[in-house]
Amino acid sequence: MLLLLAVILTVLLTVLGEALPWAAVYPESWEVRVDTAISLAMKWLINDADFGLFTFKQMTRALGTLLNAPTLFLKGLLVTGFTIEGEGETALRIPPLSWVAVIAIFVSMGVALKDKRLTLFIAASFLYVAFLGLWESTMLTFASIIVAVVIGIVVGVLLGVAAHRWIIVDRILTPIFDFMQTMPVFAYLVPALMLFGYGPAAALVVTLIYAMPPMARVTKVALSQVSEEVVEFGRMAGCSRLQLTWQVMVPSIRPHLMVGVNQVIMLALNMVIIASMIGAGGLGFDVWQSLKALRIGQGAEAGIAITLVAIVLDRVSQRFAARGPTYQTRYQAFHVRHRALILALVIAVFTTLAGIWYSPFAAVPADWTVTTGRFWDSIIDWVNINLYVYIGAVRDAFFIYLLKPFKNFMLSLSWLGVVLTIAALGFHLGGLRLALVTGSLIAFIAVVGLWEKAMISAYLVGICVFLACLIGIPIGVLAARNDRVHKVVQVIIDTLQTLPAFVYLIPVIMLFSVGDFSAMVAVVLYAIVPAIRYTDHGIRQVPAHVVEAARSVGCTRGQLLKLVEFPLALPDIMLGVNQTLMMGLSMLVITALVGTRDLGQETLIALSQVDPGRGLTAGICVAFIAITADRLINAWAERRRKELGLDVVTRA
Amino acid sequence: MLRTISNAIAGLAVAGLLAVAGQPQAAKADVPESKDPIKLVIMGYSGDNIIMYIYGGLIEELGYSVEYTPADYLGQFAGLKAGDLHIGSPGWDTTAKAAMADAWDSGDVLNMGNMGIAVNEDWWYPLYVKEVCPGLPDWKALQEPDCAEALSVAETSPKGRFLSGPIEWGGHDAERVESLDLPFEVIHAGSDGALTAEFVASIKRKQPIVGWTWEPFWLPALYEGEFVEWPEYDDACYEDPSWGPNANMAFDCGRPRGHMWKSAWAGGESIWPKAYDVWRKFELNAKEMGDMVYKSDVDGVPTQEVAKQWIADNESRWKTWVE
Repeated sequence: MLLLLAVILTVLLTVLGEALPWAAVYPESWEVRVDTAISLAMKWLINDADFGLFTFKQMTRALGTLLNAPTLFLKGLLVTGFTIEGEGETALRIPPLSWVAVIAIFVSMGVALKDKRLTLFIAASFLYVAFLGLWESTMLTFASIIVAVVIGIVVGVLLGVAAHRWIIVDRILTPIFDFMQTMPVFAYLVPALMLFGYGPAAALVVTLIYAMPPMARVTKVALSQVSEEVVEFGRMAGCSRLQLTWQVMVPSIRPHLMVGVNQVIMLALNMVIIASMIGAGGLGFDVWQSLKALRIGQGAEAGIAITLVAIVLDRVSQRFAARGPTYQTRYQAFHVRHRALILALVIAVFTTLAGIWYSPFAAVPADWTVTTGRFWDSIIDWVNINLYVYIGAVRDAFFIYLLKPFKNFMLSLSWLGVVLTIAALGFHLGGLRLALVTGSLIAFIAVVGLWEKAMISAYLVGICVFLACLIGIPIGVLAARNDRVHKVVQVIIDTLQTLPAFVYLIPVIMLFSVGDFSAMVAVVLYAIVPAIRYTDHGIRQVPAHVVEAARSVGCTRGQLLKLVEFPLALPDIMLGVNQTLMMGLSMLVITALVGTRDLGQETLIALSQVDPGRGLTAGICVAFIAITADRLINAWAERRRKELGLDVVTRA
Repeated sequence: MLRTISNAIAGLAVAGLLAVAGQPQAAKADVPESKDPIKLVIMGYSGDNIIMYIYGGLIEELGYSVEYTPADYLGQFAGLKAGDLHIGSPGWDTTAKAAMADAWDSGDVLNMGNMGIAVNEDWWYPLYVKEVCPGLPDWKALQEPDCAEALSVAETSPKGRFLSGPIEWGGHDAERVESLDLPFEVIHAGSDGALTAEFVASIKRKQPIVGWTWEPFWLPALYEGEFVEWPEYDDACYEDPSWGPNANMAFDCGRPRGHMWKSAWAGGESIWPKAYDVWRKFELNAKEMGDMVYKSDVDGVPTQEVAKQWIADNESRWKTWVE
């Protein structure tokens, strides 16, 4: 009722724009210059903040040096080697591990896990990077990613445990995590550079901001689900509180933690390109550089290497975790148990030392490497030249009949009406509190003077989410129904999730030309992943006895899907929609690179003008849109769940 | 302009102070004064990389140790300010004016002078566009509705599209379109990558296009094309509406030509005075720069090789810088 009223009000305010101009378009004189305030605060922090013994900048710089140390060590081990004394040609140096050595060590892990397919996959991946001339970059990326992932996991688990134990910590951390995950990266790139300096440390911090929160969330949720019996048992065994947490509860949630680890790895690799823009180097830089020169094939090769690194790291860590502690039934000598490892170490030492005299061991010789670059370039060229007529027609039709009208519609809406409608929706779904929170978050956007750009973001993300769901949910249903489809789809969505968007951004522009349509294609490609994944997962989770019961009363396949599976999976699917929306919003930065005039562009401009306030303000607006959408969808899903009588399952 | 000059003066003043402070040691110490690595910015554009590799090669001959650090064009200034990067990749008036002014104003980054290369950024079209817009390169050809129509896309039709760079590059093209009465709309590509991708894709399918390009750069080197010729730029044109063909509006002329500027971290002056001195003297001309960019982007010679070749061929010139 209230909702209807708000919608009517919006229409009225929009139509009557001329009578009440301040309600239609937010007056400029009411704007609050939050961005200038942030910039000033930032300047003060960096130039003047002083704790007496040391300044704020000295503190962050020291932290940066500390964070750098492990990366530098791994870099030395894998890429540069260590100089003991002297310099230049005559220096006494320890060479880095030979490429053969690194391959041997990783392959031995696969062997130790007794998983033939994984072993083959590891070997193939490493040979790929070696023979495509990407070895050094890959090792650099490996070094920085491993450090980021390890720190992310440790900090994430600690924060998760703290949030579980003290409700106040949880209250403080939850909104902070929301911010960390929804803020576009470009928004905090400038502050990170100012505080931690140019180089791997800032890159690491930026990566952690983005990749760590899921770990903490998963830990917290999993801890709250530890069954009472386990805790009880721990108490009976006489555990202290500390022991109970670390020796009983945390180990018992290991499978859940691995979900977090997977997310940290994937998200950290997502950041590889942006990290390379602020001095991390590695594969991200290769992608960035080849795309600047429009060498699409080379960019794709490096991009695929990033995906391979992600999959290898993820699978190896998952398998090791799944193996669990091994208990020895009978005595076996060390060298019998670890044959593969010992062999790998022997190979490692031998090849690394041999590399000093025989150079093919030290580095993959340049004339052994190949490139598939031309092949990819020529495919794009062929499509561009021969199929553009059709592609162009589709693009233009989309633009004229869908994008343009919807964009104009969104821009014409009265800001006050939109704020009130959102608040009414919040009230309808979750009561007064939700109404106040969502209403004021959206009002903030108008107050800081970014309403128009925010509406363009909303229009773009809205259309993308709609399309991603329209395509993704049916694919998810198909994948849930058919195991073969499921397997193929898994490979595709894993690739889409880890392949940096930059890799397909340039080909997308070449085929669909600059503008909102290209942005849409790029966003949909990325955001479709959760729509598929959660639908698939949700339908597979429908209890077998329910399906059985439905069959026994004579449901057809269509009825089963429509009346049983789909409604029961709906809360899961809505979670997927929620994630799709989050991913869409996180892609705003990328769309700005294609030329949209939205909040993403605002962060990009701020980056080029080194204006931390402007970027952060736009970033906060994106985060607010995301948080509002997230709260509303969750409130709705919660209601549905209660209506359906499903157990209320808390989730990450 | 005034701002640039005052920045330059401020920069020099700071540099002077530091140079005085560093003088006593510098006079005694041999080159290199310090073996701490000098960090040079590498951005990924061939032209800029070549400049860095030439300079790096020269100071390496003097015995300095050099570290090439990947960085972003505009992001580098934060690094230069903080001393995480030492020698900046040259900034262009046309695209990095604000960032450079901000960096030089802070006093932490020195303006090391003009690179000697005039840069040109303007409306550019591939040669076949002349078929649909006879009369080019004269700007009046763009006023013809047929020409505009041929250059249009769905977003702008029936007006023509001018494909501009990211909005933060500026350029006053919207104003130019209005004051010269061109039936065009300015569409911004969000990044240089998007801009060149659109250009190359259009050229390959022979679709008429006019957009923002610059020189020295691989795109105009690789594909045949021309820059539009406008009423020549004059300071008065941008400020005085009565100037130029349109008596009531400003911006009725072409763009100002700009330069490449060298920057460096202020703190390095006292650590590596000689290397800084070489950087101040370092100059290339547009012709050789264009040739080197062509060699690297079109002929595919690696940028390090191109730089080495230049060092080998121009000993007489750089000897005067390093003496």
